[in-house]
Amino acid sequence: MPISRVAAHGHEPRPGGIDVNNSSSFPRRNFLAASGIVTGLLAAGGPLSLIAPSRAWSVELHRLTSAQGATLLSVARTIAPHDGLEDAAYALVVKAADAAVAADEHARTTILSGLEHLGGDFASRPEAARIEALKAVESTEFFRMLRSMTLGNLYSSAIAYAHFGYEGEAFTKGGYLTRGFDDLDWLPDVPLQDSGPNPGRAPR
Amino acid sequence: MVQIAHDDSNAVVIIGSGAGGGTLAHELTRRGIKVVLLEAGARQSLASFSQNPGEAFVQLTWLDPRTTSGSSSVSQDYPGLPSWTAKTLGGTTVHWTGATPRIQPWEVRARTTYGDVAGTSLIDWPIEYAELERYYELAERRLVVTRRHGNPGLPASNHFKVMYHGARRIGYKRVHTGHLAINSQPADGRGLCIQQGFCVQGCKTAAKWSTLYTEIPRAEATGNLDLRLQSHATRIEHGADGRVNAVVYRDAGGQEQRQKARLVCVACNSVETARLLLLSESARFPNGLANSSDQVGRNYCRHTAGFVWGVFEKPIRFWRGTTLAGIIEDETRHDPARGFAGGYHLELAALDLPSLPLAGFPATLWGRELGFLMDHYDRMAGMLVNGEDMPRATNRITLSASVKDRLGIPVANIHVDEHPNDAAMRAHAQRQGAAVYQAVGALRTATSRQTPATHNMCTARMSRNPRDGVTDAHGRAHDVPNLFVSDGSALSTPGSANPTLTIVALALRQAEHIAAGMSRRDM
Repeated sequence: MPISRVAAHGHEPRPGGIDVNNSSSFPRRNFLAASGIVTGLLAAGGPLSLIAPSRAWSVELHRLTSAQGATLLSVARTIAPHDGLEDAAYALVVKAADAAVAADEHARTTILSGLEHLGGDFASRPEAARIEALKAVESTEFFRMLRSMTLGNLYSSAIAYAHFGYEGEAFTKGGYLTRGFDDLDWLPDVPLQDSGPNPGRAPR
Repeated sequence: MVQIAHDDSNAVVIIGSGAGGGTLAHELTRRGIKVVLLEAGARQSLASFSQNPGEAFVQLTWLDPRTTSGSSSVSQDYPGLPSWTAKTLGGTTVHWTGATPRIQPWEVRARTTYGDVAGTSLIDWPIEYAELERYYELAERRLVVTRRHGNPGLPASNHFKVMYHGARRIGYKRVHTGHLAINSQPADGRGLCIQQGFCVQGCKTAAKWSTLYTEIPRAEATGNLDLRLQSHATRIEHGADGRVNAVVYRDAGGQEQRQKARLVCVACNSVETARLLLLSESARFPNGLANSSDQVGRNYCRHTAGFVWGVFEKPIRFWRGTTLAGIIEDETRHDPARGFAGGYHLELAALDLPSLPLAGFPATLWGRELGFLMDHYDRMAGMLVNGEDMPRATNRITLSASVKDRLGIPVANIHVDEHPNDAAMRAHAQRQGAAVYQAVGALRTATSRQTPATHNMCTARMSRNPRDGVTDAHGRAHDVPNLFVSDGSALSTPGSANPTLTIVALALRQAEHIAAGMSRRDM
């Protein structure tokens, strides 16, 4: 079941495409068609583990190997580091890179040659060394492509919404007019002449 | 809806259905004039607007390719999207934030006020401010603008509270929830703003004015409108007399069509308006239609823009509430002591989670600094600089020599070398914005570079002297008596105001002019 399905509260962030597996169906049948896989366990007690049917998750890769997937995941985490954010969120970046490699020859050569340049031990290096390695390729198309894929895919999933506390669409809940658009209490209210009456509050 | 024959040479053809074209279509059809309205995009509705930011972007945005050149940071940061405009019925009035400040009196006399600024092509507007003001009032009543004509302001959101108190603490006096075409109470058959955010994804309550659900259905109800969706104009033709007489377009099925016309109004948003005129070259107009002055596409303006972010200790949740409901007006003045000509607004601006890292930060930002900012997403405040930029003859729209769209037609290239005045203004504005946040305890502030242009202006500008521009004081082409420009391309200079209100005001004025001319039978 895609994580986006189980974690979405009345809205549909971009389809996630991560499979949270029931143990009985893991590995899934089409696993054989994949060339690589990125897997992990959701943190116990995290927001997703409470609603997902299982803590185990996997992303199947069709063009990239498991090792390349692991390197890409580490590149994404170095570009946009969030210590408390599950690997499952970063795996969406890997999935997007895999799709780009499958769809576009230019993306394929750019990503594969960039990965080769970084080396197979990239993911196992300490963060300072990873940053140094990426700084050295900062002006290359490989880095720009990976930065753009990371930023474009990391923050649009239900996992990211939950992690960063973003509430997403509010139309189906009546907006925030009566649900906290003005609940900030660490500054005084704004005088009426510089704002306007709040139609969500009963007149006094 | 009326069906107008392709060979009916009595029709007025309007190309584009946004603030200019959509308003003009309503104004002409309600006066009994038959109009063919060509819109390149499809029709969305309150029900079909996606509330997934990525999907909504694809649903509403003009994604046909454009190329870019010049030294502006936009060429490096957003090579694929130098300008963010819409391709949908209602045009940019579907994705706009509803901000409706007025251009200021001294701004319409830009050349006189600012003097001979080196490296610019400044002119004065050919319209007196008092004349423009009359139409601003009509436009504000039409759009139901907050804090005008007795309409209440929008209430203060968490996000605005932060801007307000910071601004007051550093001495700003003109700080309020803004003049917005967003209902603070039910009006005009539309609901009130429920503070849901999601203004730029299409307003699902129609609290925000858009031609999609105001002017266009009203034009349809007159029985005088023939609306043709997914109809992409590729060329405007003229006869031996030099008057335009037909518009060639691809219909929804990709078939080429030719609609005869007695009068043509171009309102495709500034980049595409210039492109269409340039594509319509002929033996008589070898440099493009209405381009004997060689001014079509030149003097391109996009406003000096850039974000300022403040990171705070306590929650703000800036996505809750009207996206742009807050403004600081104190810097909207001409004060050369600040080191630049012209002025700017500081406008409240929140971005949804997926869009913030893509649109809100420089393309050079990554690593722990990016991580820190995003980790504070629920404790961030943001504002967007909107300042007057300097027109330059060399900042221009041209046809790409190498890139073509899916119809095989050369795409627009956007060339911008930023004027030093723009850079000085942005630096000042972002310093002031940061000071606002520091005054209420920001842990850190951050800025973006120039953002993709949502305001595209001046590429067919109105000028008193035909050599200085493309159109006269009514947006009529200097070269072609029955060709009008009806969008932001016609602005003589950009001023510091978000352009939609001015575009609507000029469209209301142009409609009167066209209708009067047609009843006198001289159009």
